[in-house]
Amino acid sequence: MSLFNARSAGTIYKQELLRAFRTALQSILAPVLTTSLYFVVFGAAIGGQMQHGMDGVNYGAFIVPGLLLLTLLGESTSNASFGIYMPRFTGAIYELLSAPVGVAETLAGFVGAAATKSLILAAIILTTATLFVDYTIVHPFYALGFILLVSASFSLFGFILGIWADSFEKLSVVPMLILMPLTFLGGTFYSIDMLPQPWRTVALANPVVYLVNGLRWTFYGKSDVSIWLSLGLTLAFLAACVALIAFIFRTGWRLRN
Amino acid sequence: MTVHLPAMENILEIRGLTKTYKGGFTALNGVDLDIRKGEIFALLGPNGAGKTTLIGAVCGLVRPTSGTIQAFGEDMGRHWRRLRARIGLVPQELATDMFEPVMRSVTHSRGLFGLSPDPARIEAILKSLSLWDKRDTQIRALSGGMKRRVLIAKAMAHEPELLFLDEPTAGVDVELRRDMWQQIAEMRERGTTVILTTHYIEEAEEMADRVGIIRQGEILMVDDKDAIMKRLGRTEAHIVLTEPLSALPDAFSNYPITISDDGLTLTYRGGDGAGQGKADVAEITKALTRQGIDYQAIDQHESSLEDIFVDLVEGGRQEQMA
Repeated sequence: MSLFNARSAGTIYKQELLRAFRTALQSILAPVLTTSLYFVVFGAAIGGQMQHGMDGVNYGAFIVPGLLLLTLLGESTSNASFGIYMPRFTGAIYELLSAPVGVAETLAGFVGAAATKSLILAAIILTTATLFVDYTIVHPFYALGFILLVSASFSLFGFILGIWADSFEKLSVVPMLILMPLTFLGGTFYSIDMLPQPWRTVALANPVVYLVNGLRWTFYGKSDVSIWLSLGLTLAFLAACVALIAFIFRTGWRLRN
Repeated sequence: MTVHLPAMENILEIRGLTKTYKGGFTALNGVDLDIRKGEIFALLGPNGAGKTTLIGAVCGLVRPTSGTIQAFGEDMGRHWRRLRARIGLVPQELATDMFEPVMRSVTHSRGLFGLSPDPARIEAILKSLSLWDKRDTQIRALSGGMKRRVLIAKAMAHEPELLFLDEPTAGVDVELRRDMWQQIAEMRERGTTVILTTHYIEEAEEMADRVGIIRQGEILMVDDKDAIMKRLGRTEAHIVLTEPLSALPDAFSNYPITISDDGLTLTYRGGDGAGQGKADVAEITKALTRQGIDYQAIDQHESSLEDIFVDLVEGGRQEQMA
């Protein structure tokens, strides 16, 4: 038997996507609606009053990458965390653990599905944004690659969260109390160059700053930080998540008694 | 690589299996157990005896502290991927995605084990479990008994050669329980080896070829059901006399008989669980008649597997308390 069973991975992937479409109101419509409201309030209403824009970019367009990232981080994390937490909570995980399925199939299925949902969301949000603001994407292929990278990384992070959590409260604590504040303070709505010292230096300790700026560079070719540093940190985060998940599967932590 | 086993070869061999949890609780303590190909094996034990932990260790849900598990002649630790593909598990809890329709849930199980979709095979399984009419129904809308059948169907979807059923009839009414016994017997006829845990001794008596008794993580006994009955089975008879006797007549001294304090009841406890006890009681009543001792009632009871099980488990508890 090979080390990777594509049919097993495909089965998990399909099941997870079906689960998302079964709860489309919550997993697709709700985040799209929330992001659209941000576009309306900050982009069209407030942004319309800002004559000079940001870094020469219209303010409504400036916040598009940040808002997209805000949704991607939250949804990738919560989709993947719920995907693995629910079978743990109900006990249905027995089927996965007793099947001839390893870490590769499990990740391809759960994380692949969560990342796919994020990509679908990204496409819907970017399409919806055109209704409220004019924006361009200077490097569309890099943008796609970066969105894919961020979606996969935070889906992996969400998978770890879903294994770590032993209650619904813990499941929502990280996205609500850590990810969202970091994203808001990570330059979603502003350029960190606008911040006075020492807050600008403090802001550089926020990892989301590098994600927002990485994606913003693919849109407008401008970034507050080095694009290579953004890419490097994102890849390092992805690698760390993969290593941690491999460790979890090897030790059975929170999965096998 | 498939290992071909000769007839009556062991399909599962467990040696020195121990599981100690972090808190220090030992759920399994040096378990040795062989399961023969094609048999129905019943693992009996009180709550917390280690039945589910033992199943979990074989199926990959529990990480053993020490010991070895060989399935189909190969080490489970090294070849888990190809061996798990040949093993099925029906858990004790009704745990699955309850919002899934029956057909899709069973098809998912087959895919999870890496097999291509086979609608005809799924249809046959669902029909054999009387679930075909419910194939498009969400599992949450089914009765408890039907949900348990869905779990069996899911476990059968990848056509396992070795099937674990953890308390398969827990919470199932009597009629459905007998129906499930029939299903399990049919699985064995199709060549599946079945290992089941149960609280219902009647279930083991009805179906099992061999029985294992586990208590506090240790296997107390494993044997053919009939051999256990023969070895540990007993007949108990109470003969109520019309007039009291002052002492037991000498004619009965060769039998395991006692007389009550009031001299009105003779109690026989003996036999071998294979008819010897009944024959003894018949001879005793004939001897009473020959000696002109009248009796008004005979209450006779053959010990069941349950009596033996209770004796073994209770005996163990008393040993511990002593």
